[in-house]
Amino acid sequence: MTVDETIRQVLADHGRLAVPVDTLADDADLFGAGMTSHASVNVMLALEDAFEFEFSEKMLKKSTFESIEAIRTGVLEMTGE
Amino acid sequence: MAVHQVIPVTRAGHVAARMAAIADEVAAPAAADVDESGRFPSETLAALKAEGLLAALVPVELGGGGASLDEVSAGLVALGRRCASSAMVVAMHHIQVACLVRHGRNDLLRDYLRELSHHQYLLASATTEVGTGGDVRSSICALEVVDGRFRVQKQAPVISYADDADAVLVTARRAADSPESDQVIVLCRPPGLELEQVGEWNALGFRGTCSTGFVLRATGDAEAVLDDPYGDISTRTMLPVAHLLWSSVWLGIATDAVDLARKFVQGEARRKPGTLPAAALRLAEVTVVHQQFVDMVQSSLSRYEAADSDADRLASIGFGVGMNALKVSASTLVVDIVRECMLICGLAAYRLDTPFSLGRHLRDSIGAALMVNNDRIMANNAQMLLVLRGE
Repeated sequence: MTVDETIRQVLADHGRLAVPVDTLADDADLFGAGMTSHASVNVMLALEDAFEFEFSEKMLKKSTFESIEAIRTGVLEMTGE
Repeated sequence: MAVHQVIPVTRAGHVAARMAAIADEVAAPAAADVDESGRFPSETLAALKAEGLLAALVPVELGGGGASLDEVSAGLVALGRRCASSAMVVAMHHIQVACLVRHGRNDLLRDYLRELSHHQYLLASATTEVGTGGDVRSSICALEVVDGRFRVQKQAPVISYADDADAVLVTARRAADSPESDQVIVLCRPPGLELEQVGEWNALGFRGTCSTGFVLRATGDAEAVLDDPYGDISTRTMLPVAHLLWSSVWLGIATDAVDLARKFVQGEARRKPGTLPAAALRLAEVTVVHQQFVDMVQSSLSRYEAADSDADRLASIGFGVGMNALKVSASTLVVDIVRECMLICGLAAYRLDTPFSLGRHLRDSIGAALMVNNDRIMANNAQMLLVLRGE
């Protein structure tokens, strides 16, 4: 799976979104699509497991998880790709 | 010719000192009746309004007092010592004001703050909703916005002192097709505000907060929606300010209980000089716990003020965990302290007709752990701790 596919799979499994993840554009607001702050914690944990890294403290904020695009930026920064 | 604009500067300490004076002169004599009758503490609120104290947290340029949260906290401790119901009403009002000041940036809401300062409006809040199981971070009701006007209807299990408030800040889903967690806050005020009371408020403590249920129907200019999503307002302002100001009220209750216990022990000592009264050691112990409480509120205020202008820091997990810990600690300590003071004063505290009676203190203090249940707060912290880095 590509990075984007993995992110979308994690969101489908843990994001508890109100709409199917494949209907969302990369820049769509995930919180606007129904992801709660609790769900975002699970998304984060699942991303760390899938990509085998830990988000740094400074990345643990809402904006890191606000869209697929933002998550991709965060993941690539942490995995150094 | 140079024109000097005169900017009114509130003297540091003024707000806290005046709140303390009103606590002694107005709230204290009315406290027993407010509690017994379960009525709104109207005389205390009238006295605060007469001195402009309901706008203490509004910036000076909008006509308010420009006071720090620190000062309002000190005023609430003083008020909490005399009448916890009054103090809780005032605390809840200031929490709403703090949200408006930081998150109400459009012209309509800025003008409203000027009006609030001028007329000394009292703000109430409707965050809980029938059917959400006490989870304030999800809403069932939704705003309906047509041609720049909003309309909302909410089944609110509790709106404290709604009948005496001038406006209510209401949470709702952003729109009919928004998910439960996509919430906004809207300022609802007459004439576009209609409240239909449901049930009565006849509770063990905080009886003067008049926390009855209502069906709320409101309509108004869509600009009355605060500029940030409720999730952000909650994390950055409503939750930390609420926990700080509630804790201040509870500290007031605990402080009065310790004062009474100390007076009681001193009375015993006077009767038998040279003999340490039986409860003196227990008093020393409870004073240690009370000092922990004082220091915890103070250090939490400092932490908040230090993070005040830094949105990222206010939204950080560590900060949120700390502010939740404050609420759980403070609401637990107040009960522990009142109970210890009850043991110190013995039957004099247990009886309802002595100067050392702690009945009201005990009843009020029990509510602290329930208003936003500590179990829910601990569950939130448990969740956040799964990802806290501790760096």
